[in-house]
Amino acid sequence: MIKVNGECIEHISGKTVAEYLTTNRYDIKRVAVELNGDILPKAQYESALLQDGDCMEIVSFVGGG
Amino acid sequence: MTEQEWYSTLAQRHGADLQQKISSACVAVCGLGGLGSNVAISLARAGVGTLHLIDFDKVDISNLHRQQYAVSQLGMYKTEAMKQTLLEIAPYCNVKTHSVKLAEDNLSLLADCDIVCECFDHAECKAMLVNGISENAPEKYIVAASGMSGLHSGNTIITKKLGKKLYICGDGISDISDDGTLFAPRVMLCAAHQANTILRMIAGELEV
Repeated sequence: MIKVNGECIEHISGKTVAEYLTTNRYDIKRVAVELNGDILPKAQYESALLQDGDCMEIVSFVGGG
Repeated sequence: MTEQEWYSTLAQRHGADLQQKISSACVAVCGLGGLGSNVAISLARAGVGTLHLIDFDKVDISNLHRQQYAVSQLGMYKTEAMKQTLLEIAPYCNVKTHSVKLAEDNLSLLADCDIVCECFDHAECKAMLVNGISENAPEKYIVAASGMSGLHSGNTIITKKLGKKLYICGDGISDISDDGTLFAPRVMLCAAHQANTILRMIAGELEV
């Protein structure tokens, strides 16, 4: 079980962060990802594997300022 | 008004120890639209010692409905117009201006600042700055904004903390491309969250 934005999600262990983002239709150019308390560098999205017990927060920025 | 009069007036209100911290702080305000113009004014009023103002744009008539500029400043670089305004309010603030577009290859402009305030309008630019700083200058604190368009309830604007050094203010969802426009008070609410977060951080209060 992996916590994503406060929700427990099953069956995503072993996927990369990039796979999760793409599957869930996030626009990678607009996001920042916190994985287990640290901001994950974009260069690691393709290699970072989600594991049971992980906690991920995804912020998808919206326009306006 | 001498510098001593100005400083002691702030120290009386904020406390000498805190004012000393605020006066030695250096904050970069990236983007000087509805968010950045309000953040810069709040921080200058509080006596932040050094402000770096970064924006490539000039003041346009379409900015007047929510950004802190005057008709007499139309056509000026926002950096120069805001510097003029800040020095009317806080003449001893050290204001540095950079009339450039901030991108991944010139983030070194922010080198002197411990705190970076993201006040851009495009979502991609917001993400670029937040990720760029987190990766290349992880020692810096970042206060970003996402979601303040439209006339939705003001009570949905909040401050969230992500990781150890990133704060994001806004409702997280209201997008200018859906709402079509921004209104001064709701943008100011978000800017006030950003400025308040920055002052709390300077005071050593790192939780939201």
